[in-house]
Amino acid sequence: MSLPSGFLERILFIIQRYGMSILRGAGSTLLIAVVSTAIGCVIGLLVGTVQTIPVDQKKWSVKRVLITAIKGILYAYVEVFRGTPMMVQAMFIYYGLLYAGLDISIWLAAIIIVSINTGAYMAETTRGGILSIDPGQAEGAKAIGMTHWQTMRSVILPQAMRNIMPQIGNNLIINIKDTCVLSVIGVVELFFASKSVAGTYYTYFETFAITMVVYLILTVTFSRILRAVERKMDGPDSYDLASTDTLAHTSGLYNYPGRGYTDEDAEGGDRK
Amino acid sequence: MNGEAVLEIRHLSKSFGKNEVLKDINFSVHTGDVTCIIGASGSGKSTLLRCINLLETPTSGEILHRGENILTRTEVSVAPYRAKVGMVFQNFNLFNNMTVLDNCMVGMLKVLKKERKAARETALYYLGKVGMAPYINAKPRQLSGGQKQRVAIARALAMEPEVLLFDEPTSALDPQMVGEVLTVMRALAKEGLTMLVVTHEMAFARDVSSHVVYMADGVICEEGPPQELFGNPKMQSTKDFLARFREQ
Repeated sequence: MSLPSGFLERILFIIQRYGMSILRGAGSTLLIAVVSTAIGCVIGLLVGTVQTIPVDQKKWSVKRVLITAIKGILYAYVEVFRGTPMMVQAMFIYYGLLYAGLDISIWLAAIIIVSINTGAYMAETTRGGILSIDPGQAEGAKAIGMTHWQTMRSVILPQAMRNIMPQIGNNLIINIKDTCVLSVIGVVELFFASKSVAGTYYTYFETFAITMVVYLILTVTFSRILRAVERKMDGPDSYDLASTDTLAHTSGLYNYPGRGYTDEDAEGGDRK
Repeated sequence: MNGEAVLEIRHLSKSFGKNEVLKDINFSVHTGDVTCIIGASGSGKSTLLRCINLLETPTSGEILHRGENILTRTEVSVAPYRAKVGMVFQNFNLFNNMTVLDNCMVGMLKVLKKERKAARETALYYLGKVGMAPYINAKPRQLSGGQKQRVAIARALAMEPEVLLFDEPTSALDPQMVGEVLTVMRALAKEGLTMLVVTHEMAFARDVSSHVVYMADGVICEEGPPQELFGNPKMQSTKDFLARFREQ
């Protein structure tokens, strides 16, 4: 079959003949990006949470030494994977594992690489998210007898998670785009697939015009989805008054607002 | 002095670096007491309260809870003590990610390990007491300052503490909201709740408390029944402090 001459005709031609392989590439990109972002967030959440464990610097204990050692290792992890390009990490880890005699599938390698890379960024994001929560929240929790972990789980992390949601979205979008560097170890994702298609007929411009649009559709769709998730996390702006509750006003404290005390507080005593 | 001593503070000192904030504080809280701590800003009142709840670690001294020194406890067993000593903060510190009802229930569920149904009933009972039962579905950001503080009081009460600490509960409120919080506190005092209140509300200290402590520069200058301390203060610094309030 011969290649048509017009730009639009060529695009249609490519879509008809190679649309499926581009779509499969997009599917791979999406799969790697979504799974790795999810795993990376879990890694980041754990690492970031451990980094914020308070240690009593005055008292010597086994626990303190252990926590300090773990923090040191995690700090090194974050610095190494944040401080080197993912493309180099992909080569290093994939061929390193081969060298060590571990012949893992290219898919597993891809997911491992993107996950630990995302984890390194998310660790710092989580730490920032935790630090951004007013210390009063933790004090409120401690004052009712909650332990450090109960405070983290019930009070701090849910709020920190909400605050870092935009950053999780950022990471997902970066991952959708950056999985293209995995083509260096032979992962057939959207970029690799497009390059193969383009090479067949030397239609680089036309093919990558399609690829651009596909990437854009993926990223825009996911940024919309994450916005919707954020809105869901915020909950409704209004609330219902539960005034029919039988247990309301049992003490009768507010049946006669303004009575029961006589001094200068009286002007301010009315409930709104 | 009413019943037995719940808390005894002995030779308590606290320094932040070289800054000595509390110097050799001694006093005790008995069951049913309403103790008000008054004094100028920076005199160490809030730090004292935060030391009692171990939000700050005292530099030296003892805090006895029913005769047992809590400062020798390890970090893990501090939590059950805190559950018995409630605290109401100046800035409410309600959990922003939870509704009013969940704010009051979370401590009972996680710390006291109560059943959900029982916790809900207790929470509703105390929310009713502070007039906030209709607002159980609201989030803290949807409430006014006075409403938030009343929920914070209900949250502390729901733990059914032996003594409730108030750290300037009305200082962050608009003047018209101060009244609604003080009304709740007066009612609680009347019911016999053991309270330790750091406050700038002199009328409240004079009318409601059974014992008043005047602090200045990290030491207790004078303490006694409110009639005596307000009516016939012995120390010159107490007289000066109270005179400044009368001028207003």
